[in-house]
Amino acid sequence: MKSIKNLGLCLTSAAALGMAASAASAAEFDGTITLGAAVSLTGKYSTNGGHTKNGYDLAVERVNSMGGVEVGDKTYRIEVKYYDDESTPARGAQLAERLIKQDGVKYVLGPYSSGMTKAMAPVTEKYEVPMVEANGASRSLFTQGYEYLFAVLSTSEQYLASAVDLRAELAEKEGEKPSDMTVGGAFENDPFSQDIRAGVLADAEGYGMEMVIDDKLPPEINDMSSTLIKAKAKNPDLFVVSGHSKGAALAIRQMADMQVNVPMLAMTHCDAAQIIQKFGSDAEYTLCASQWAPSLSYSDDYLGKASEFAADFEAEYDYAPPYQAAESAAAVLVYVDAFERAGSLEPKAVRDALAETDLMTFYGPVRFDETGKNVAKPMVLYQVQDGEYVVVAPTKWAAADVRYPIPPWSERK
Amino acid sequence: MENLLLIFEAPALGVQLVVEGILLGAIFALAAYGMALVWGVMNIINIVQGEWVILGGFVALGVSQAGAPELLGIPAAAVVLFAIGWLCYRLVIFRIVDRDLFTSILATFGLSILLQQLMNELFGSDVRTLDPGLGTWFMMGGMVSISQVKVLGFVLAGVIAVALTLFMRNSRMGQAIRATAQDARAARILGIDTDRVYAFTYGLNAAICGAAGALVVMAFTIHPYQGLIYTVRSFTIVVVAGLGNLPGVIASAFGLGVAEQFAGFTLGAEYQNAFVFLLLVAILISRNMLLQRQRKYLK
Repeated sequence: MKSIKNLGLCLTSAAALGMAASAASAAEFDGTITLGAAVSLTGKYSTNGGHTKNGYDLAVERVNSMGGVEVGDKTYRIEVKYYDDESTPARGAQLAERLIKQDGVKYVLGPYSSGMTKAMAPVTEKYEVPMVEANGASRSLFTQGYEYLFAVLSTSEQYLASAVDLRAELAEKEGEKPSDMTVGGAFENDPFSQDIRAGVLADAEGYGMEMVIDDKLPPEINDMSSTLIKAKAKNPDLFVVSGHSKGAALAIRQMADMQVNVPMLAMTHCDAAQIIQKFGSDAEYTLCASQWAPSLSYSDDYLGKASEFAADFEAEYDYAPPYQAAESAAAVLVYVDAFERAGSLEPKAVRDALAETDLMTFYGPVRFDETGKNVAKPMVLYQVQDGEYVVVAPTKWAAADVRYPIPPWSERK
Repeated sequence: MENLLLIFEAPALGVQLVVEGILLGAIFALAAYGMALVWGVMNIINIVQGEWVILGGFVALGVSQAGAPELLGIPAAAVVLFAIGWLCYRLVIFRIVDRDLFTSILATFGLSILLQQLMNELFGSDVRTLDPGLGTWFMMGGMVSISQVKVLGFVLAGVIAVALTLFMRNSRMGQAIRATAQDARAARILGIDTDRVYAFTYGLNAAICGAAGALVVMAFTIHPYQGLIYTVRSFTIVVVAGLGNLPGVIASAFGLGVAEQFAGFTLGAEYQNAFVFLLLVAILISRNMLLQRQRKYLK
């Protein structure tokens, strides 16, 4: 009995607080739009979950301080209701259900990682609640026929395909045939990295390049020397690694230790693994796939230029924004744009407005195809040059030429 | 298959694989000593083993961040982990010493989850590594590279094995540990403070793991959720070697390391773990068959 009484007390006080909060905001706004989000604040994704939340928060704060969202003739402030999904997909699905059924949330922001998004999408789809997500890049999310799922980021098979293109471009420049090039790859055995592998494989095949190494790294990897010994033996012209932060860190660490020489090295998650800060000169020449770079010339009305977003973010959170934060902020902007164009808060109307999004943001252009993925924004490729990330591909936005080939370890430092 | 042929064409690759395997095995051996000890003396399967390793890595990181030389992290991790292990025994482990194996597995499993989350809270979930400033040796015209920090791990594994053996044989505490392992009740009757023996044993285990962890952070990478690798490897090694068999632990750790490298090279990294576990099953089955034959003979 006592616990029921306590629960009653909790509910009353929560309601009172809620009323107080809405009363305070009513002075400036006609109401509040609540976006629901389950992000990983604890567990193995907690770093990137934190980036996601910071990105959402910065964009929300900016939109509110600039007058909120105008829907029809009313202005609303937006807020985000967060839950911690503990980095476990089952918990994410539960929380999606809870956000929609219990909290009455009508619009959902995505969680961090493809796996979590995969767990939550069926729930939002079931209740016909739109989800704009910024951190689920897996290809398989967009083959299910979901109608309420929209992703602002480039999908995973595009991540390292640009490295293969660059390799082919360089081969031609040197008067060699792209089909004579060989590619070695080590991809973690998870859906995301396997998508990346599929993209690399398809692109390499397109150029007629041979895959001489094709390893699947175990998710609980602590040592990749057997793969690197293969790289030593077969000397691929391009070596690609995708294994989230730990794969990136381990590859740089062990390639330097074992002095594995490859002319070109490309990987994902360089900035999440902080390879420049942690490995210094060992990280030089590494090509890194990225959704976004602060040096790109995109801009929008809310967050300004990409570089301005980066500066504001750093001022607020004391670290440079990784692309995970940028794309999360962009997801909020996509919602704001859709609310305003829909002129209604009806989830179906918002969903239809989302489907017709054609928006320029500081993060890049956003336009969804019928499966809900953003087809307007290309991936960029950085290279670590003198301790800085410099955009080297696609050549259209390149700030500098790619440094190639990587000199052997014996000549470095 | 193609990769297998490659080893015959370029024997240096085979040498490199064996070297890497043995050096990796040395670090696994360090993590496994303590597990064998705790299992043998206290009858506890210590699932939290891997977390002690990772925690040792974080201690070493902290030591280097405080400005001390990196290599000082190894003894520092051992000392700090000894204290934490002792404390952990006084708080939790002493309650499960006399219980059945299942209780100890559950309790230490719970501890491992708790520690993972604590480390995540304290140090963040980033992947961390530490450059000890040691270099790499080259042999056979640069085809074989030997990372010096891994050699340090190998040497340390040897030194600790010898020290542990001498300690068990000659010191009062070592003798008390052996007596307790043989029969705790009899040891108590003879005036041995078994509670203290247990606490020391558990602290010693954590200390060795901590030293291993300091090496792991220097040779590889760590993050709060990586402990399971070391728990599972230690378990495999101890099961193959048998309890209280230190040379066996070393041999099976080296075997495991080399087997992993060759499996990763020839079959691909995805089969590295699968191969090791198949090997474990094969060893257990063959051992069981051998024992059965002996039993028949005795009849």
